[in-house]
Amino acid sequence: MCIMASCLSLSSNVFNFFVPDNDLAAKLSGVIQQANQSGEALRIVGGNTKAFYGRRCQGQALSTTEHSGVINYDPTELVITARSGTRLTELENVLAEQNQKLPFEPPHFGEAATLGGTIACGLSGPRRPYTGSARDLVLGIRCITGRGEHLQFGGQVIKNVAGYDVSRLMTGALGTLGLITEVSLKVLPKPETEITLQFAMEQQPAIDRMNELAGQPVPLSAACWYDGVMRLRLSGTEQGVRAAQQKVGGELNDEGDKFWMQLREQTLPFFENDAPLWRLSVPPATKVQELDENVLHDWGGAQRWLFSSEDPSKIRETVTQNDGHATCFRNHGDIDDVFHPIPEAIMQLHRNLKQSFDPKGILNPGRMYGDL
Amino acid sequence: MNLALEQTSQSVDRTALIKRLNNALPSDALLTEHEELVPYECDGLSAYRTVPLLVVLPYTVEQVQAVMRICSEFSVPVVARGAGTGLSGGALPLSNGVLLSLARFNQILHIDQQNRTASVQPGVTNLAVSEAVAQLGLYYAPDPSSQIACSIGGNVAENAGGVHCLKYGLTLHNILSLEVILVTGERVTIGGQALDSPGYDLLALMTGSEGMLGIIVEVTVKLLPKPEIAKVVMGVFDEVEKAGDGVAAIIAAGIIPGGLEMMDNPAIRATEDFVHAGYPTQAAAILLCELDGTAQEVDSQIATVSELLKQKGAREIRLAQNENERLLFWSGRKNAFPAVGRISPDYYCIDGTIPRRHLGKVLGGITELSEQYDLRIANVFHAGDGNLHPLILYDSNHPGELERTEELGGKILELCIEVGGTITGEHGVGLEKINQMCIQFQKAELEQFHLVKAAFDPDALLNPGKAVPTLARCAEFGAMHVHNGELPFPELERF
Repeated sequence: MCIMASCLSLSSNVFNFFVPDNDLAAKLSGVIQQANQSGEALRIVGGNTKAFYGRRCQGQALSTTEHSGVINYDPTELVITARSGTRLTELENVLAEQNQKLPFEPPHFGEAATLGGTIACGLSGPRRPYTGSARDLVLGIRCITGRGEHLQFGGQVIKNVAGYDVSRLMTGALGTLGLITEVSLKVLPKPETEITLQFAMEQQPAIDRMNELAGQPVPLSAACWYDGVMRLRLSGTEQGVRAAQQKVGGELNDEGDKFWMQLREQTLPFFENDAPLWRLSVPPATKVQELDENVLHDWGGAQRWLFSSEDPSKIRETVTQNDGHATCFRNHGDIDDVFHPIPEAIMQLHRNLKQSFDPKGILNPGRMYGDL
Repeated sequence: MNLALEQTSQSVDRTALIKRLNNALPSDALLTEHEELVPYECDGLSAYRTVPLLVVLPYTVEQVQAVMRICSEFSVPVVARGAGTGLSGGALPLSNGVLLSLARFNQILHIDQQNRTASVQPGVTNLAVSEAVAQLGLYYAPDPSSQIACSIGGNVAENAGGVHCLKYGLTLHNILSLEVILVTGERVTIGGQALDSPGYDLLALMTGSEGMLGIIVEVTVKLLPKPEIAKVVMGVFDEVEKAGDGVAAIIAAGIIPGGLEMMDNPAIRATEDFVHAGYPTQAAAILLCELDGTAQEVDSQIATVSELLKQKGAREIRLAQNENERLLFWSGRKNAFPAVGRISPDYYCIDGTIPRRHLGKVLGGITELSEQYDLRIANVFHAGDGNLHPLILYDSNHPGELERTEELGGKILELCIEVGGTITGEHGVGLEKINQMCIQFQKAELEQFHLVKAAFDPDALLNPGKAVPTLARCAEFGAMHVHNGELPFPELERF
């Protein structure tokens, strides 16, 4: 399983990893080919940390965790490639050794979280509006389709427009189009300095302020409001951040790193609640809605977390009116349409795509929508 | 190049088609006479020309829908065209197809200052978007060098880049939603006004799909705050490799410049003759590094970058002293293509991307190929993201020279694949690089691409024959797929 820093060779610019001898892609392909013949459904499982996310799906569990290891990493190219079973913590440690990080600040939701699961779910943390989402940072993917073919799309370079962008199509597809075996990601240097500023503020003025600042040249890297406090994170050079602090004001929060981590992992006290947790994705400047009683605004207002036992159709109606969409993220109980319903013409394209990658419908059937 | 392989061969009842289109369109929206059609025979890749069957220039979305319904009914292929500045033949017409120009969709529909977005029609030029929002302190980040002329619709179709993509991303990263007319004439919204949308990421799939999945009739782009200040330093090098080391050193130091561009000696000399940007004509390479952000941030990074470039062997460092000089430094780079056009009757631009660590090897290989084919090459390089634009100088009046140039271009792309790169960073495959797709992808991957197209366009009427080669073409081309950067028989000398 190991490929940690001790395996790095510093003899050249390129980090030559001793890639562990556990390339299980052929074995995984074999299992999928067999299922494709028998028609048996498969449920792809990484670290099983995000089983709560999406619709429940039946099927024989197929684990990716043994298919692991960083395959290629050259810090000066800003690209890392690893197998899907690689633990997220391991990947982040390898990057941290070189003072780099995953720009989309993915949530882990458990120690065992893997790279493959992270990309299949396509979730991103507080930094997302400012440095990009999981799909923004994906450069290439290898995956096994429902026919059991091991294919490669995209690449290990930042600019690449050869062929349709299947790598990003796979990102967030919840394993319904293919089993991801390998991912290449763009990475970024860690900022020299980061500070967190906080402001006592009501909801609507906070939304206004977060969007006003996002339209100005301020090195914002996170912006959130809940429980009467707006928090902003500034990242960049020491001088740049200090100058921005002068401009923005607020009170310095010494426990900023901890706060953003708890927000990312949903371990803030706000998240201690058994009601259905809704993720509302809306244009960031969307005004406060009637629903927003127990709400936390992240991503400068573009991602709102709402605990509500309200009728899902009512929540969705409000969000749709604001050009957004709503996902029942946790505690969905008997709510069946976890993801926002999509128009029939778009759903038909989804069905066609599913058919083209997984003609027998054996990969995570129903995890995203009942038809897929 | 053999264009015939992918073209649909069925004959079209042209008269009946014209009659139907005439009923659906205003009279000045349909061109049928040969002399009206000829101006549309090529895009920015003028070496390939085909006169289309007909040209339509609709004014409204409803008219685009009608055109698609009629063409579907007649099984006539449709090629969409924006400003026609593309460099890969993506908008090359088909002799049995309708060319659908979106030039009349040239309005900025809505600017949302609070959410920092603009909804624009596809024929709006890239630069016009930034100009329209400049007074709000905002801009649209992707800036392909053709930005004064190229259209947003074309930018989305090609996933256009520019000199600022290392820091600010490609078109893909800077758009939120598309209004698309499907091959059936149906209108759909792909993406949305929020940062993400439910279901599969069709927005990513549409971006860079070269007009093969649908017709874009509206684009919502993200707008970014204009950086407070931008400064540029020029590093002057006696060896290209040292300039490459300079790039790696800047990134290793944790700095992501707004722009990071390299030019080799032939490119420096051609541009200096043209724009007099003050480039050192004796240098083997120059590196332009632009840093943007707040004044304090930029000053501290300029100092670091200057020091790093010196350490890596820059014989001279020049800091643009004011905004005019900054723009002058950039004008050389941005005019590199026309500058090369002045010293050669024709030039052919290549668009490979490589892992930057192989720059020395690839440039060495390009020099050898240049000698072997007896054709001059000038190199400009988006150094930060590894996107190399060798410009091959040729004269189409010399018999056989274009063919030799195309073959040389193909060899350069194969070299890019060999070191783990790709055949196109930002210009698209179009028709130009279609043979090299056979090398970059395996048969099963190409088949999957065809299946993806069929999911949107089962009868292959949208821009057929571009971007993804048929397996028959690959068999004829006799290509070898390069697996993980290893050619079969790696022990054999390639150059």
